[in-house]
Amino acid sequence: MPLPVLLAEAVATEDPAARFIRLLTVFLLAMWVGFEVITKVPQRLHTPLTSGSNAISGITAVGALVVAGALSTASSTLLGLAAVVLAMINVAGGFVVTYRMLEMFNPKKK
Amino acid sequence: MSSQAWINLAYLGAAMLFIVAFKLLSSPRTAVRGTFLGAAGMAIAIIAACFEAPIVQSVAARGAWPLLMLGAAALLGGGIGATMALRYPMTGMPQMVALLNGFGGAASVLVAGAELASTCNLAFCDSDPRATTAAASLLPWTQFSIATALTGLIGAVTFWGSLVAFGKLEELPQFKKAWTDPRRHWINIGLVVLTLLLVWGVCTNPDRTIIFWLLVIVGSALGVTLTLPIGGTDMPVVICLLNSYSGLAAAAAGFVIDNSVLVIAGSLVGASGLILTAIMCQAMNRSLLGVLFGGLGTTAVVSGEDVYAGKVKSAGAEEIAMVLEGADKVVIVPGYGLAVAQAQHAVRELADALEERGTSVAYAIHPVAGRMPGHMNVLLAEADVPYEKLREMDDINPEFAETDVAIVIGANDVVNPAARTDPSSPIAGMPILDVDKARTVVVVKRSLSPGFAGIPNPLFAADNTLMYFADGKKAILDLVAALK
Repeated sequence: MPLPVLLAEAVATEDPAARFIRLLTVFLLAMWVGFEVITKVPQRLHTPLTSGSNAISGITAVGALVVAGALSTASSTLLGLAAVVLAMINVAGGFVVTYRMLEMFNPKKK
Repeated sequence: MSSQAWINLAYLGAAMLFIVAFKLLSSPRTAVRGTFLGAAGMAIAIIAACFEAPIVQSVAARGAWPLLMLGAAALLGGGIGATMALRYPMTGMPQMVALLNGFGGAASVLVAGAELASTCNLAFCDSDPRATTAAASLLPWTQFSIATALTGLIGAVTFWGSLVAFGKLEELPQFKKAWTDPRRHWINIGLVVLTLLLVWGVCTNPDRTIIFWLLVIVGSALGVTLTLPIGGTDMPVVICLLNSYSGLAAAAAGFVIDNSVLVIAGSLVGASGLILTAIMCQAMNRSLLGVLFGGLGTTAVVSGEDVYAGKVKSAGAEEIAMVLEGADKVVIVPGYGLAVAQAQHAVRELADALEERGTSVAYAIHPVAGRMPGHMNVLLAEADVPYEKLREMDDINPEFAETDVAIVIGANDVVNPAARTDPSSPIAGMPILDVDKARTVVVVKRSLSPGFAGIPNPLFAADNTLMYFADGKKAILDLVAALK
């Protein structure tokens, strides 16, 4: 059987409710880990934390690449490509700016 | 193992790297490594995405050009982002972060929109084996339809809210005055009702894409009307909140395309934004609802004349330099006004001049000093102030009693002792820096005008306070000259 058919069946056989609960579990656990890890970040690093987390929210680039690369319809491809550009601005800008800020905190350089 | 399993494994690795990156951000020594690990996680996730079945199939059907097209789009975005990040000055960080945030939110909206368009198209294509799955996800009230609606809404609010926040922080003339029309509450309520109706519409009729785009338009309007009334001091809260929204939008997009790395990364960012929002609200003694719906907040007009009458002592650079010459321990309290005057380098010169004379110098940083969380630390770090000297409020407050001179530059409400002593004050209970306990307090300020809370500051009339009326940067430079 060709790959798409296999994939479609694999997705179709998972109960939609079960799939939702699987993702919800991931969501809540990750949220919990986030609270635990981030409450330990000191105040003086809050600006790099904001810009760094900002860069990570650009993860939506993954979704954008997949939906644009599927070439499903003209509109979905164009919307997806626009999303790739915007998300990559977010990713690159966020990481570069965070690095720039943290370098200033780095005493070795001086 | 199927290729999908390898891809999922790569996503898992990326998610772990994000968590480690956040963990390493808890110390300035490891934070740079954290950034690199975060970026590595992002790179792994992006490369893994290129091996997802839909992309592999397009490449199989049409050759390499779909990949080239994606690469070009990614490079274009990355180039724009990196250029912006390298050019922006450190004082403009809050605007820059707001803008980047907005792009993230917009990208999530477009992902949901594109996925909706492609799923609707697939569902009507009987020949395609994926048609059944697509049709099933378009049924009312599925994970797909609910998540699509939420992504559209949160993403649109994030994008437009961030643009307005950018305009305000950049001090564009159009955003100079906060929008205080009393009818705004009715407009917001109307928009919220409309939004809920449209969310319900998308959930029940996901195959009608027009409803989704209407929701995006109304969400955009809501983003604007919710952010416009918020005043300049409350901006740190807004930035944190929008940061949180952009994460939640990405997580919701993860539910749309059934992708766990989006869900994990999105919820980490969502959590981080929520924590910072709570910290900021606490430090400003305001409730989140007060910030969001209170507009300019307390506008109680209390006359300063009774408080200040005849008691304010003013001094010039020479006189203050003499006081400083006799000091062993000096604490500098920089505030929002210092960021506006861009006097951080001048302050560093002053600290150097004092240290040359053997005086110990520390900086007391209030959590809301600056225009975003931790902004003052970045500004002082840029001026080469070693981070060991930047002390947090709870850490340095007990030391003011043994401080000879506290120099307050461009801060007002965060050093107002009324927060501690006067239970009827609008800022009663707000955590403040206890500078009034220092032997001498020097306040550098242009005039006796009240701070953002609109109330007089008894500190200015205290016996141990010297007011130095001048523009922040010039005042400090004069002081340095007088010391030498």
